[in-house]
Amino acid sequence: MLAKRIVPCLDVREGKVVKGVQFRNHEIVGDIVPLAERYAIEGADELVFYDITASAHDRVVDKSWVSRVAEKIDIPFCVAGGIKTLAQAREKLAFGADKISVNSPALSDPSLIDRLQDEFGRQCIVIGIDSYYDADSDSYKVKQFTGDEAATKDTQWYTQDWVEEVQKRGCGEIVLNVMNQDGVRQGYDLKQLSMVRAIADVPLIASGGAGTMAHFADVFLEANVDAALAASVFHKGIIDINELKQYLTTRGVAVRT
Amino acid sequence: MSQADITVIVDTGCANLNSVRYAFERLGASVVVTDDLQTIASATRVVLPGVGTAKAAMAALNGKQLVATLSQLTQPVLGVCLGMQMLTKQSQERGNAAQDCQCLGLIDTQIEQLDSHQLPLPHMGWNQITPSSHPLFANIEPGSYVYFVHSYRAPLGAHTIASCEYGETFSAAIAKDNFMGVQFHPEKSAQVGAQILTNFLKMGVTQAPLTEAQA
Repeated sequence: MLAKRIVPCLDVREGKVVKGVQFRNHEIVGDIVPLAERYAIEGADELVFYDITASAHDRVVDKSWVSRVAEKIDIPFCVAGGIKTLAQAREKLAFGADKISVNSPALSDPSLIDRLQDEFGRQCIVIGIDSYYDADSDSYKVKQFTGDEAATKDTQWYTQDWVEEVQKRGCGEIVLNVMNQDGVRQGYDLKQLSMVRAIADVPLIASGGAGTMAHFADVFLEANVDAALAASVFHKGIIDINELKQYLTTRGVAVRT
Repeated sequence: MSQADITVIVDTGCANLNSVRYAFERLGASVVVTDDLQTIASATRVVLPGVGTAKAAMAALNGKQLVATLSQLTQPVLGVCLGMQMLTKQSQERGNAAQDCQCLGLIDTQIEQLDSHQLPLPHMGWNQITPSSHPLFANIEPGSYVYFVHSYRAPLGAHTIASCEYGETFSAAIAKDNFMGVQFHPEKSAQVGAQILTNFLKMGVTQAPLTEAQA
């Protein structure tokens, strides 16, 4: 049976792993390679590295650490941040990334998704979506350039429409990051994730809001996502991945142990 | 063995070469990544990696004039993911071409779209395999998890040496004589994957059944 995946996310800035609350006030939590190794040993199923400054500041991820991670760890990992061209994507994949994730550049130029999937196959193309609940319109909408508060802006896209669009263009997986719950650890947005699950034909990764082990069980059992991504609960040692997997097993969630 | 023990990874020009190389190096293997025909032909064992589409990968092999050399190899050969698919006769993953993609034809099966019965595609993540007694799966327990990323697959058949279930049951690994292929990524499958690669590294060195079959 296909296991539900636990995916620690390491936000990278200036070559260090950082974590902010609601995308702000970043604090350094550690070096990239030792943290990646630790998570792999603890039982993480996959890792995501986001260069949170790259997209907003028109920079690309410093590539040297990508190959250092690939040399050390024996689980898949995804690299995100400022990938706008096929050459930038090829570089990350050549250095050992299994997938590349595109967020803001795909909103600026959706045809990037078509070109990436033509070149590399959809299996390694992940689309990150920063979605928020807009109370005024009672709808879910997509934000762009969330790596930098000053650069962050609203887009014209409703979340459902953008999900349909990126699938049509050929992504292999979607990470749905629910912004208004990020970092506050109040649980995943099950309502929104269930809505997206219903229209997602590709694997769906839930992101934003994990605070307790029960939150992970909820998102797998109620929103039926394929993977759950989290950062602070792992970085801060609030949840141990090994214990989380034992707990999920008792809740009837199939995980790799 | 009078020769040095060299594992050659065929440089297919695809993107994940380094992941495969690092995995073998973690196990202490001497690895060469090359598209040089002579180096490939004289290797202790050969790995055929691959990601992307069958059409692009076969075009790369043809462009590098590797087809004849690969087909004539008598040492252990391991195809990984798309590399496995290229060992078969043909693939339905044709892109925008009018006909199925012709592959190396070294294992008598063909690649078709995975019928996931409405489950999300690609089949992505850690799934359990049921291995046979093939030496590639020595010390691998039934139900072990390995990492898959694919939308096409080889069906079950005489060539199947491990199976997996995702909507339907399909070949997680196939083999014919010295040619073996795994649909999953052993280089990304933690300890289970490392054991499978270790098993492969034992081939071509000792008097394994595989070597006898070649004699």
